Amino acid sequence: MSFLGKITMDAIPLHDPILVVTMIGIAIGGLVLLGLITKYKKWGILWRDWITSVDHKRLGIMYIILALIMLFRGFSDAILMRSQLALATNGSPGYLPPEHYDQIFTAHGVIMIIFMAMPFMVGLMNIILPLQIGARDVAFPFLNNLSFWLTASGAILMNISLVFGEFAKTGWVAYPPLSELTFSPGVGVDYYIWALQISGLGTLLTSVNFLVTVFKMRAPGMTLMKMPIFTWTCTWANILIAASFPILTAVLAMLTLDRYMDFHFFTNDLGGNSMMYINLFWAWGHPEVYILVLPAFGIFSEIISTFTGKRLFGYKSMIYASGAISILGFIVWLHHFFTMGSSANVNAFFGVMTMIIAVPTGVKLFNWLFTIYRGRLRITVPVLWTLGFMVTFTIGGMTGVLLAIPGADYVLHNSLFLIAHFHNTIIGGAVFGYLAGFSFWFPKAMGFKLNEKWGKVSFWCWIVGFFVAFMPLYVLGFLGMTRRLNHTNTPEWNFWLYLAAVGAIIIMFGIIAQVIQLYVSFRDREALDDKTGDPWNGHTLEWASTSPPQAYNFAVIPHVDDIDAWTDMKEKGQAYVTKASYSPIHMPKNTSAGVLMGATLTIFCFAMVWHIWWLAGAGLIGAIAVFIQRCYCNDVDYYVQPDEILETEKAFNLSGREGVKA
Amino acid sequence: MLIRNLCNIALASIVLTLSGCKGGVLDPKGQIGYDEKNLIIIATVLMLLVVIPVIVMTLYFAWKYRDSRTHEIYAPKWAHSTKIEAIVWAVPILIVLVLGVITWESTHRLDPYKPLEGKGEHITVEVVSLNWKWLFIYPEQGIATVNELVFPANVPVEFKITSESTMNSFFIPQLGSQIYSMAGMQTKLHLIADEPGTFKGISANYSGAGFSGMKFNAIATPTQANFDDWVSNIKAQGNTLTKDGYYELAEPTENHPVTYYGNVEDDLFHTILMKFMVHMSGKNDISEMKGMEHKMDEHKDHSGHSDHSAHSSHTQGEE
Amino acid sequence: MSTLSADLASTNVDAASTHDDHHDHHDTSGDTVFGFWLYLMTDCLLFASFFATYAVLFMNTAGGVSGKDIFELDFVAVETAALLLSSITFGFAMIAAQGQKKALTLIWLSVTFCLGAVFIGMEIYEFHHLIVNGHGPQHSAFLSSFFALVGLHGLHVTAGLIWMTIMMIEVARRGLGKATVTRLSCLSLFWHFLDIVWICVFTVVYLMGAM
Repeated sequence: MSFLGKITMDAIPLHDPILVVTMIGIAIGGLVLLGLITKYKKWGILWRDWITSVDHKRLGIMYIILALIMLFRGFSDAILMRSQLALATNGSPGYLPPEHYDQIFTAHGVIMIIFMAMPFMVGLMNIILPLQIGARDVAFPFLNNLSFWLTASGAILMNISLVFGEFAKTGWVAYPPLSELTFSPGVGVDYYIWALQISGLGTLLTSVNFLVTVFKMRAPGMTLMKMPIFTWTCTWANILIAASFPILTAVLAMLTLDRYMDFHFFTNDLGGNSMMYINLFWAWGHPEVYILVLPAFGIFSEIISTFTGKRLFGYKSMIYASGAISILGFIVWLHHFFTMGSSANVNAFFGVMTMIIAVPTGVKLFNWLFTIYRGRLRITVPVLWTLGFMVTFTIGGMTGVLLAIPGADYVLHNSLFLIAHFHNTIIGGAVFGYLAGFSFWFPKAMGFKLNEKWGKVSFWCWIVGFFVAFMPLYVLGFLGMTRRLNHTNTPEWNFWLYLAAVGAIIIMFGIIAQVIQLYVSFRDREALDDKTGDPWNGHTLEWASTSPPQAYNFAVIPHVDDIDAWTDMKEKGQAYVTKASYSPIHMPKNTSAGVLMGATLTIFCFAMVWHIWWLAGAGLIGAIAVFIQRCYCNDVDYYVQPDEILETEKAFNLSGREGVKA
Repeated sequence: MLIRNLCNIALASIVLTLSGCKGGVLDPKGQIGYDEKNLIIIATVLMLLVVIPVIVMTLYFAWKYRDSRTHEIYAPKWAHSTKIEAIVWAVPILIVLVLGVITWESTHRLDPYKPLEGKGEHITVEVVSLNWKWLFIYPEQGIATVNELVFPANVPVEFKITSESTMNSFFIPQLGSQIYSMAGMQTKLHLIADEPGTFKGISANYSGAGFSGMKFNAIATPTQANFDDWVSNIKAQGNTLTKDGYYELAEPTENHPVTYYGNVEDDLFHTILMKFMVHMSGKNDISEMKGMEHKMDEHKDHSGHSDHSAHSSHTQGEE
Repeated sequence: MSTLSADLASTNVDAASTHDDHHDHHDTSGDTVFGFWLYLMTDCLLFASFFATYAVLFMNTAGGVSGKDIFELDFVAVETAALLLSSITFGFAMIAAQGQKKALTLIWLSVTFCLGAVFIGMEIYEFHHLIVNGHGPQHSAFLSSFFALVGLHGLHVTAGLIWMTIMMIEVARRGLGKATVTRLSCLSLFWHFLDIVWICVFTVVYLMGAM
């Protein structure tokens, strides 16, 4: 056994010009960033205020930064794929050989779902959920920091795979036997396993943390049926995470045992059963899409009711609909493989179950419509995303129901029709939702609003690009084009492939517009400043705090009498009231344990990928040692003093009242 | 508005495809394919009954109740109406009810394991997916081909499908349904070509580096006589596919050329299938296993499609 | 996995004890125990996945041994007795802890630890015995799923033992403060949970396998 396990010089893909350029780019970018941080002496701030922070708002911002970075990586993969398929027509091989192309589509799927959508969702939930229920932080603040660093570790592993070795060439589902050692002897699948395993663990801890927060830490008076709708949908999503992620942990652990210790869960020989993997994978994978989309539904609900200046129509209906979606989400997984040869009864059952999900989803759409009805809709950027979603998602839902009919799926399964469908729901549903939430809550998190003009440019590029990129894929699916093809030789497909590539470029302009929007808004932050903490005339408690909120969120925990608690307080004149004196507030101290555990576990995973056993042992023991040390330590809290609170509150309430008058 | 235009373009392009782009699943050349195309159209039309109103209402409401139109009614506290709630639950339930009935009926009618009725005797082709090519064994004719499938038009074909290595999906888009090929397991598919022609066949499940080249031509000959001629031509060429020859063939290759074998070692398909299946049950005796499999087959034929094969009962067991 | 479960357990305790005590309705140790319950439910699903896999694969012996050939019920019965007894002794430890009897708590925890160690020792012996006799997990899907399911439980028990060691040190040095008793309650939940899982393992794997 070599000291460095399986690592050799060949592990660094110097033969691939695309990767070499990427690596040089990352290296230069990284050096510039490090240089800037050093030059402006920001290391201390970075460490104290961010990396070791247990503040849910700051962790949320870090999650979203991670999501945006991974969005760039995942989107670059998308551009590579679309350009490859636009070039590799009429029998031409294009510029990406299968060796490289297969890694790209696998990485694209994993990154977009696990490292873009999930952190984005968790980030928004982190920032907003505790504020919405009037809590000072989450139930277990250190655990929250640890969850973030576990997710970040997974993302770091993904990116290490770009430089050392390779990523999986199996598709993001990594079906065995293809993902078994026999057919995938490289380290790619091992990167896949460990990146998903470690970030999945972070997600699982997040769900436990937020469930306790929601069930135990709501402001007095806030019964479950007075909880804001976003909190409700996040709670359903957290229940889904708690119920489905252990299955992912289990199935990945089994694949690990197969690959590392010659077990036979999913191998072809010695009695292994690869169908077991496929069933377990989708028993996690299907709830996962609802985990992504339910919080987005909540975001749309908040935005619609805020910007129409109305109560949400059918609040209870919305909650029950979300619950129905969550429960049904668990009994539909077989629709991912109708073509595996189950009996007609089984296929028909799962098909019908899947369609039933369209009922609560349809109800939600109607409820949003009737929230707009007799409202005063301000067409802002978050509202544009919401309207764009309602149109796009309806189409995605329709194609989803079509795929749920086994007879139709027999010809559409694994085709580009399917690809178009799930991008239609995940981009049109989840991503539009997160981007809507991003511009809606940005002033709350950062203290200034985003530039509207560039936001609108971005929205129009995204939605036009989306339709131009994905409608052709529906057509290609009907034309018989299957997914994951490296090159094609069918002239009838060419036009649609070119069109899809153009669409991807239009989306790219949307992303560029968002970067410009961030830059312009940051530059003009004085003018866009939000002093009232309530820039949109909001309904729920997150708008009752300063923007950005103090570490302790609320000087006094508000008493809740209504679903739209903040509207209620404003109407009763209870908003922006300064008390004569405040009690000291008990807060958790920052800790470096989370980032140290993240680092040691990254080392552990990296060493496992490369079979460097001594290093893996060291990493694991290191992580456990840090953890035990942290648990044993009792010096973990401090008090915010009343005079400090009084000063902040006076200033805030003054500007808040001025804002209301204006 | 731009959104509406885009939707129109989208719908138009779908309609355009529906009305006959060549070579896809909406240009079927066999009974199963026709039925599936009709199913797609009926379901789409049914759903458009809700989808179009929702999209139109979204854009209309957003326009009508925008904040500059201060003359419209404004009801900030109005948030519940039992009548509307009842309607918004009832409409999707009704549509799904209709679709559910269609789904249940069509799933049974289009079950890939179900032999086609009223079309006469079927011929059998045994299909093996290899890395990265398709092997077709004709047990009744005693021949085999690689990457070319020939059968007479208007005669039902029964495919028995397995895999040597990774999972693939056997799919001829213009003829209809696809089904997975999995090592150690046998899946079945029944198709028919209603007219002669050459149709594209593919693997519809990614299986590794050579996946894109895993294509074959499915040729439906005009008559049974043409098919018989084709068979005797191949037989005349000789070239036997032995077990050893098979293992050589099973080595990974990409874009494998079309190859013909005038002779196939007896029970080759069965050997491939049993290679892994032996291990499933703890019995080492191949002949005993074979007996079992035959028994299961008979049982299957009598009881219709309630119990497909060893593996489908596995799948059912997990639910 | 197992270490992480222990990790989570103590994390809950620790983090919650730091939480603000502003809300008067808000009892932090209650949060911790509730959070730990939720974690146990997720752990339960982890075991459920391994049970499901075992149920699918236990017939797939690949021509090798089946449960009937390798399970020694007498041996496993002793193992089971040790673990069940350890649950009772942990119960005594908790009663002592509630009564603020430090020495007694430590004694009962030590007894529990010893019984747990006996269980793990016997399990390691059983695994070793199987592997040297050529029945290692690499020989069939049945053996793979057996080793994985029983091994997963064993890893949990091992993590429980490590956690117990740390708790004994904590009790010895800091006494039975509120935070420490909450942590002991979580460990107690964990320990009883593993007992219940073992009853399922014993029934599904050993009893049904040997029949």
